[in-house]
Amino acid sequence: MTPLKERLVQLEVLRYNPDTDTEAHFQRYEVMCQEEWVVLDALNKIKADIDPTLNYRWSCHMAVCGSCGMMINGEPKLSCHAFLRSYEGVIRVEPLAHFPIERDLVTAPDDFMEKLKRVKPYVIPKEEKPISEGEYKQTPAQLMKFRQYSMCINCMLCYAACPQYGLTPSFIGPAALTLAHRYNLDSRDGGRKERMEVVATKEGVWECTFVGACSEVCPAHVDPASALQQLKIVGSIDWIVEHLIPGGKS
Amino acid sequence: MSRKPLVRECPPTTWYFRQPRYLRYMSREITSIFVGAYCVLLVVGLQRLAAGPAAWEGFLLALRSPASIVFQFLCLIAAVYHAATWFNATQKAMPLQIGEDFVPGNVISGAHYAVWILLSLVVMFFAGVF
Repeated sequence: MTPLKERLVQLEVLRYNPDTDTEAHFQRYEVMCQEEWVVLDALNKIKADIDPTLNYRWSCHMAVCGSCGMMINGEPKLSCHAFLRSYEGVIRVEPLAHFPIERDLVTAPDDFMEKLKRVKPYVIPKEEKPISEGEYKQTPAQLMKFRQYSMCINCMLCYAACPQYGLTPSFIGPAALTLAHRYNLDSRDGGRKERMEVVATKEGVWECTFVGACSEVCPAHVDPASALQQLKIVGSIDWIVEHLIPGGKS
Repeated sequence: MSRKPLVRECPPTTWYFRQPRYLRYMSREITSIFVGAYCVLLVVGLQRLAAGPAAWEGFLLALRSPASIVFQFLCLIAAVYHAATWFNATQKAMPLQIGEDFVPGNVISGAHYAVWILLSLVVMFFAGVF
């Protein structure tokens, strides 16, 4: 069997220790890596062999859990999905942009979690029925209507890519709004009105200026930008029906 | 354990230099200035037309000046770029589902281009180009 190729990789990692630091600073590491490794593997090697104090989050190592999001050379990426062979020279690794840094590469997701809760990302049944009446059925076409938007892994890369969220932190943001759209589109759901009260507001979809960066960085190909533009159309139609059509109700 | 999260502000005036995609976005936004400026030019033209034949002739003469031609050329480039990026975006905003499948995005954008060309030909017809 051919031995795996190795190469010396240089990583510049942003460090921040809340107990001792007032500012973050870069620390450079040199680590021998196998050619097919990803950035997360290099970080694991550093933690195991060079510096056990380095902090970062990860879990599945297969782009499913959404825990290991980081800025890699300024681009929001899942570090388990960022192959070392794609980079030349020193690789700069920083915590996700636009989120407070808890320690080293670990960010505080509290703001995202709070926003996610506000959009009620769950099915609110149109009418409750007893279990004896069976399941809420859905056709494949009804499923396809929202399926793409249900693939979000809550990795928050879209928030790190969105300059609007960076500039206006009150913006509910791409992933949460996309999930609102996903449940609005669900044939079993009756919670659209409740969600639109949060979504069709200044800090909801109208803070989005369609930069489109969210969709470009999304590792699950959810395309949040499309969901937000569709929500703008829905919100506009609701407004027209409510304000300009006599007797209209949104 | 107490928390002391470090907040790194997004630079309010230089953020768009961070990524080429942000520069692309800003370049699209800037085209709006040219589109708006050309609308002002059209309004001025209407005002000159209402002011009488002499004023209208003067306006037409001013349009033929080299500076005006450069300005109109820039407006044309900006308007075409703006329109093209807008039409490319329509496939995201207006998905069309038939049965279980969605109509391919380039068909939706392509339909917009087709209507754009058709309407342009109609306008050119009424303007006496043909």
